[in-house]
Amino acid sequence: MLDRLRLKNNLDNLPSSTIRLITERIGFGILTVIALTTVIPILAILVLIIVNGGGAISWEFIAGYPSDGMRAGGILPAIIGTLYLTMGTAIFAVPLGIAAAIYLSEYAPDNRWTRLIRLAIINLAGIPSVVYGLFGLGLFVVFLKFGTSILAGSFTLAIMTLPVIISTTEEALRAVPQSFRVVSISLGGTIWQTIWKIVLPQALPGILTGVILGLERAAGETAPILFTAAAFFLPRLPNSPLDATMALPYHLFVISTQVPGMPIGIQYGTALVLLAFVLSMNIIATIIRSRARARRQW
Amino acid sequence: MNKIEIDRLSLHYSDGTESLKNISLNIPANAITVLFGPAGGGKSTLLRILNRLNDLADVIYLSGKVLLDGQNILDPKVNVIALRRKIGMVFARPVVLPMSIRQNLTYGLELAGERDKSAHQQAVERSLTQAALWDEVKDRLDDPAIALSGGQQQRLCLARSLALQPDVILLDEPTSGLDPISTGKVEASLQKLKKEYTIVLVPHSVQQAARTADYAAFFLQGELVEYSEGKDIFVKTKDKRTEDYIEGRFG
Repeated sequence: MLDRLRLKNNLDNLPSSTIRLITERIGFGILTVIALTTVIPILAILVLIIVNGGGAISWEFIAGYPSDGMRAGGILPAIIGTLYLTMGTAIFAVPLGIAAAIYLSEYAPDNRWTRLIRLAIINLAGIPSVVYGLFGLGLFVVFLKFGTSILAGSFTLAIMTLPVIISTTEEALRAVPQSFRVVSISLGGTIWQTIWKIVLPQALPGILTGVILGLERAAGETAPILFTAAAFFLPRLPNSPLDATMALPYHLFVISTQVPGMPIGIQYGTALVLLAFVLSMNIIATIIRSRARARRQW
Repeated sequence: MNKIEIDRLSLHYSDGTESLKNISLNIPANAITVLFGPAGGGKSTLLRILNRLNDLADVIYLSGKVLLDGQNILDPKVNVIALRRKIGMVFARPVVLPMSIRQNLTYGLELAGERDKSAHQQAVERSLTQAALWDEVKDRLDDPAIALSGGQQQRLCLARSLALQPDVILLDEPTSGLDPISTGKVEASLQKLKKEYTIVLVPHSVQQAARTADYAAFFLQGELVEYSEGKDIFVKTKDKRTEDYIEGRFG
């Protein structure tokens, strides 16, 4: 007994324990500093864009048409164009992506075909966006004769967004406890009833979050619409899905590189609008997620 | 009268785990038949065959017959959905669905296409009474089921099966996670329920087997070692292995 006590005291007094404590403090300190530095670029971007672009924001800027070779006036056609493209993307990508995820998560047997499909989806997510643009040009604009149009752009963006929607939806479906499915089936439910009444409602917040994050990426992309949908300058609103359209990211590219004598306020103002558009989608997704988490019953 | 007749049933899973070896067993109506034995003996597997939940598992070999009221339920032409409505199941861990107490009970009815609200209300009241839960929850039927205690949740799961008015109730260690008082309530419910239903119970202990059994079957590594009427198996044990298990020499 006495021996053991003495041993314990000896361990406490070892010099190495103090050193260990100090190294631990230093280690955590360094990690904290590193974590904080990652916030700096985000803050810097926000500050830069708000300071330079905030002054340009006005009702005329948001609801007006560009004039003087885009050097003055507003960006309404670009805002509406991005809205149209995002909605078009949603119409094609959301049903297709969710259906594919349901199949993969709930029905697909674990065989070579399923693994091949998953591999394809993973690889689809890794393709550079400009390649999607070129593909869209070849397939939708030229071969299917959609022309440079909202339709062609939406299809292209939809294909690019699909992997994001499929993988996040599949993850949300898999997060629903397997025991719910077994119980539902043991009560005489079909697989489809089980999906429709239990799995989908429980996975919905996760699915919505994934969908919004996918669409957010589509809304901000330039390359896929470059050859498929975007008009350099179109001082009116598109009046059919087969019309070309202005869009915020492409417009930003154009006024930043292609137009000499461009007032800097309009460039940053456009960036600010695009950022607000994308960030607000992000915030909606975050709200959905945190609300669902608070209400979740498992 | 035999409700279920199992005839030379054999089964193997693809991963080589638990299997059943040539099981023949009659399960009488209006009685509690207890399947007991150490883990991995095939008790749960047998339960899951009785309502074809094993369709979801990776079974590579299945032979023999299981007759429910004379009809072979392993026949591929059997309507599995209708079968599962007739044979209810209660699992070891209480799994309440993420909805209200009432919705948990009417869920099976809705799956079956029953939309009549008064039929729902009737089923809720009857099944909760049968599971000895009505008095505790009658004033909060629309509360989330997850708010109930573990024992209440398990009785809700029992009530959920009863709401479909099945013929047979299968229970797979239904009280393994419950305190003695909740366990007592579940066992008391079962004693009442056996007047109307055929009950197959995998108990979580030998003591529970002895308390509840009208008929008892001892399973060891996929084999049916011994089967007896009443408590005979516990007092006049025939097989050495059964005796060793009951007396706690292994397990």
